[in-house]
Amino acid sequence: MNLPDAEQLLAELTDKIRSDVTKDTVLVGIYTGGVWLAERLHKDLECTLPLGTLDVSFYRDDFHEIGLHPQVKPSNIPFEVEGRHIILIDDVLYTGRTIRAAINELFDYGRPASIRLAALVDRGAREMPIAANYVGADIVLPEDKMLALEQKDNRKLSLNLYNKISSE
Amino acid sequence: MNNPQLNKNGKLQHLLTTEGLPAPILLKILDTAESFVGVTQRDIKKVPLLRGKAIFNLFFEPSTRTRTTFEIAAKRLSADVVNLNIAASSQSKGETMLDTVNNLSAMNADMFIVRHSQSGAAHLIARHVRPEIHVINAGDGRHAHPTQALLDMFTIRRYKKDFHNLRVAIVGDILHSRVARSQIHALTTLGVPEVRVISPKTLLPAKVERLGVHVYHDMEQGLKDVDVVLMLRLQNERMLGARLPSAEEYFKHYGLTQEKLALAKHDAIVMHPGPMNRGIEIDSAVADGKQSVILPQVTFGIAVRMAVMAILAGN
Repeated sequence: MNLPDAEQLLAELTDKIRSDVTKDTVLVGIYTGGVWLAERLHKDLECTLPLGTLDVSFYRDDFHEIGLHPQVKPSNIPFEVEGRHIILIDDVLYTGRTIRAAINELFDYGRPASIRLAALVDRGAREMPIAANYVGADIVLPEDKMLALEQKDNRKLSLNLYNKISSE
Repeated sequence: MNNPQLNKNGKLQHLLTTEGLPAPILLKILDTAESFVGVTQRDIKKVPLLRGKAIFNLFFEPSTRTRTTFEIAAKRLSADVVNLNIAASSQSKGETMLDTVNNLSAMNADMFIVRHSQSGAAHLIARHVRPEIHVINAGDGRHAHPTQALLDMFTIRRYKKDFHNLRVAIVGDILHSRVARSQIHALTTLGVPEVRVISPKTLLPAKVERLGVHVYHDMEQGLKDVDVVLMLRLQNERMLGARLPSAEEYFKHYGLTQEKLALAKHDAIVMHPGPMNRGIEIDSAVADGKQSVILPQVTFGIAVRMAVMAILAGN
């Protein structure tokens, strides 16, 4: 199937977020794809506060089934979360479980005033009552496909489709 | 080769020794610990990873610091921790170690942290427990103390970035030291090209060169141009007979002073697993000096133990 151009989607997503951004807005990207997007948004939206990054491995609900993610990266929240308006950024919104974990992790840094969610792609099939405030595109995909954002050496982003590896 | 620490998928099932553990497993522990350092610096120093897990600190030999660091690490992972000071309990009533373990397993333990004065105690327990239980060796006799060695590797990497161009000296009582053995295995596996041991002949195990180390009896020669100085505690409680003339004599030849440290590289770091004997193996001016990273070691020790427990519990 034809996938939309990630760079085009990011441009559209940036425009949707722009009017809601103030000097107090902070962006938090979720590893890995969400951090690439957040870095670009942080620059294009001219955010003044530093960018936050989250690796939700320590908050995932499938730890007891699949163990610790093989490559955990340090989360870095270089600002006070207490009372802050946060925009959480992920590449693909799917079951909602990653976002649940990210919200829980953020609350261990403090009590934010609000959290909004931006996703480049919403592929539906939610398992949690979670919705995005800003979405680049809605794409319906078969269950056995995995949609992933990739970044090339020139920092150009693209969307790619893979067959899910069976859990055997 | 069968490694009792790995499960059938080659993942870490127990942490008993650094000997024979492949570099990717050691590096995964160090990388995961980097993320836990961030957790320990937050206001809420806790993640929900091991919620509902029961971790038993089985200390057959007294230890305050190691037991406390494991307890803090487990609590920061949200596990429930039970401390058993066995020296003062059932074993004095005649219960065998494996009966103690059986009883605690029947209480649905998920992980045992074992400290014992006999080498091999943690191995024995690991062979004995049900497959879903994980065992961490927190020090067995003269054999191994893998989490101490891993936190030392973590500290070295933090300050020196890369293992492949380092000269590391381990100084002191190598003979009785499980820390030294675990450090040597970890350093060589991680690619440190030159590991030295500096020790009097009476405190050196036979054929220590076979571990791939260079032996020095003269501390001034041994410290020349090293990047890392790993001091060991002079283990008074393990000394059998008169291996040393006196503590003063030992300090004169093997105590780390500013003068001796000046022979190492100017940016060399000084480490010590604690507890320190000031004025015996290390001078206070060095222990508290600007090249000392002894207190960061303690801080990193929590993150490294969190990483080990999290990886084991997930495998």
